[in-house]
Amino acid sequence: MSVVGNTALQFSEEQAMLLDVAREFCRDKSPISSVRAQLESAAGFDQAVWDEMVALGWTGIALPESCGGSGMGVATVVPVVESMGRAMLGTPLISTTLAGQLLLRSGAGDSLEPVLADIAAGSPASVALLENGDWGDERLSCHVDSNGQLQGTKKYVVNAAVAALFVVVVEHEGAPALALVRAQELPAGAISPCTLIDQTRRAGNVDFSGVAVPREALITGSAVASALRDFRLLGALLLAAESTGSAASCLDTVVDYLKTRKQFGKLIGSYQALKHPTVEILNAVDSSRSFIYHAASLVTEGPLDKDTEIACRMAKAQATDTLLYAGDRAVQFHGGMGFTWECDAQLYIRRAQWAQQQFGDAQHHRKRLASLLLDS
Amino acid sequence: MSASEQELQEFRAEVSAWMQENNPADPGFLLPQTFMEVSDDQQLEFLREWQHKVWAAGYLGMAWPREYGGGGVDAKFQSIVDREMRRHAVPICFNVIGLGWAGPLINDIGSEEEKAKYLKGILTAEDIWCQGFSEPDNGSDLGNAQTRAVRDGDEYVLNGQKIWTTMGNFAKYMILLARTNTETARKYDGLSYFLSPMHVPGIDTRPIRKITGEFGFTETFFTDARIPADCLMGEEGQGWRIAMQTLQYERGAEAGNAGGLAMVRVTIDDMIEQLADVTRDGEPVLRDPIMRDQLVQAIMEEKALAIGDKRAHIGPLTTDYPGSLPLSRKLRASEMTRHMRKLAINLQGAAGGLYVGDDEVRQGGFWQRAYFNSFSATIGGGTSQVQANIVGEHVLGLPK
Ligand SMILES: Cc1cc2nc3c(=O)[nH]c(=O)nc-3n(C[C@H](O)[C@H](O)[C@H](O)COP(=O)(O)OP(=O)(O)OC[C@H]3O[C@@H](n4cnc5c(N)ncnc54)[C@H](O)[C@@H]3O)c2cc1C
Repeated sequence: MSVVGNTALQFSEEQAMLLDVAREFCRDKSPISSVRAQLESAAGFDQAVWDEMVALGWTGIALPESCGGSGMGVATVVPVVESMGRAMLGTPLISTTLAGQLLLRSGAGDSLEPVLADIAAGSPASVALLENGDWGDERLSCHVDSNGQLQGTKKYVVNAAVAALFVVVVEHEGAPALALVRAQELPAGAISPCTLIDQTRRAGNVDFSGVAVPREALITGSAVASALRDFRLLGALLLAAESTGSAASCLDTVVDYLKTRKQFGKLIGSYQALKHPTVEILNAVDSSRSFIYHAASLVTEGPLDKDTEIACRMAKAQATDTLLYAGDRAVQFHGGMGFTWECDAQLYIRRAQWAQQQFGDAQHHRKRLASLLLDS
Repeated sequence: MSASEQELQEFRAEVSAWMQENNPADPGFLLPQTFMEVSDDQQLEFLREWQHKVWAAGYLGMAWPREYGGGGVDAKFQSIVDREMRRHAVPICFNVIGLGWAGPLINDIGSEEEKAKYLKGILTAEDIWCQGFSEPDNGSDLGNAQTRAVRDGDEYVLNGQKIWTTMGNFAKYMILLARTNTETARKYDGLSYFLSPMHVPGIDTRPIRKITGEFGFTETFFTDARIPADCLMGEEGQGWRIAMQTLQYERGAEAGNAGGLAMVRVTIDDMIEQLADVTRDGEPVLRDPIMRDQLVQAIMEEKALAIGDKRAHIGPLTTDYPGSLPLSRKLRASEMTRHMRKLAINLQGAAGGLYVGDDEVRQGGFWQRAYFNSFSATIGGGTSQVQANIVGEHVLGLPK
């Protein structure tokens, strides 16, 4: 077997259809003026747009039909998320989809159907996982105490302010477990909003201490650990898909400026010091795109296999490095204009820094890829 | 003519058996990995014999017309052969300028006479071809080529100099770009394209020693050399357009190649394999975190290209810049190869500083030589910088 290994690439009718619909939808609903209008709003997104996305069925794409979803799998969420990334459209779709996947894969079976049905119907959800800034640290101190109450604080919980449901990852009898917490169960002041580098997103630290977790709201069992591993990989994949879309529009922004700005009597795009790195951005976006659809081709409903793990990690390592490079060069290539709030380059470079740190940065994934590829 | 799945399966088995049986034994001297590395007569005769044998078995030029020595069958058959050749790691089919560039060109736009005269000899390896495009003063700026061709009755008289002529000293024919008119408003419009014989008085070649220490390309001098007027391809003034079409075949952007293994493929697996006994800080080098990271990045680049080749055929996934994947491929693949081979030396530790000829150099200096040779692809056929210009201008629409 070659270390390059699996290079499968399939693109289904459903994916093609959703790519088409989502591109157009996101372009219409999320022009850059609308993105900017949300930068300082509380929710970070437009409720009316979210309602339309829900009506289009996007929150149920990867959920089974028995829960009101369309059963098309995460592969079909990828083109939607890529399109959202392209339009810098911030909504709870990613966090809600991922919460659904974690629950679906947790081995809890039919008892979760009502919760999953809520998610499919558009009730925003979020997974509360991190307790510090280390994506590679799997130890948990958050737990359910002997009184059946949660103890602990979770960090950087995405969309905390709007989530109706939190899936809290806790330690239980020496193994990871999932506690389901409804937003209304949180004590007042439990959520402290974070100020994020990427203003198209929202997150908060959430103190779950004291929230009662009845037995039926605690998911335990051996499938939870594997579901968590897959949740991290699918999170990496969806962030990669979104970043790929954002990098593609960042590239467009750069190309536009290089074709209009003149200095020394010439369009600046004729200078190779700008032209060639711009080609590098293009090639890096191409790699990102190839990786996300390759990973989408491999993702299954059951536990993800080794090839899929490799694919998701490569997608993330490639796509957020690409967005970071694109955003970084976008600022530089706009000159003084690039240093301004008004220039869209700031949106991309800020998003890049946030996305790089979500679900593990490029080094995090490459370190694990080394083991997967070189230690067999 | 389309072939059934079963027919193709049976054919694959047949070819595989043939390759197994006929793959030549190690000749005891170094075999070139690309046609640009053929440096002496011993290598040349060995490769000529091999290519002839492949053709005689019916495994070369399978999609070219029968009347010109081809097989006249679906190109799928040739693809199967090419894959089997790679799998069995047989020697290369070295007459690449004929098989891959001049041949397809003649097939596509040549006259009946040209096809009858040239195509079969390309396949049998009787007629070796070279390419006379680059000149000492005009390389990347190929359109400024100044070698002169002046019509004199039934002949053209050639004067000037070409350089970096791969296999120039072995070739019988040259695809030649020369200037028939010095007065045109655009420099491109004064160029013409010739299928020129090499063995005529006034055409002389002088081998140039390469970075690897070997020989493999030449300077080519034209001093009042007379060639028949019917060597002109197309009409006077069409040279630039035909040269650009030639480069399309050369860069793999246009189909028509006769097939055959054009270069030995070296994989990252080969590189990893040779490192089993190398240490760094007293530990296996493959456990070194920094080297591991470099390897992972190399693997990712190769994998991204392989997936990209598939994605190029999926319309909805290439809408932004449809030309991007095919037009970037030469740039990316050649740069990737160069990186990988540089890394291969780096991974060897102090022994990486040895070279071909040293008793202790790893694998006879394979990687050191391969690294140097990798520049043939980042410089030849349009340098990486020129490729980046092409992608920037033709794919992204950036100004010249
Ligand atoms: C192994 C090998 C085999 C070859 N075989 C053949 C052959 O068979 N027949 C043949 O005709 N030619 C052959 N070539 C020649 C090859 O095509 C030329 O070397 C190549 O086109 C570059 O031209 P040059 O050498 O004159 O370099 P130059 O054009 O002088 O380039 C020098 C440097 O300047 C850069 N540069 C030039 N123009 C630009 C620009 N516009 N923008 C940015 N950078 C630029 C180049 O990238 C390069 O780094 C071969 C070359 C090699 C290395």
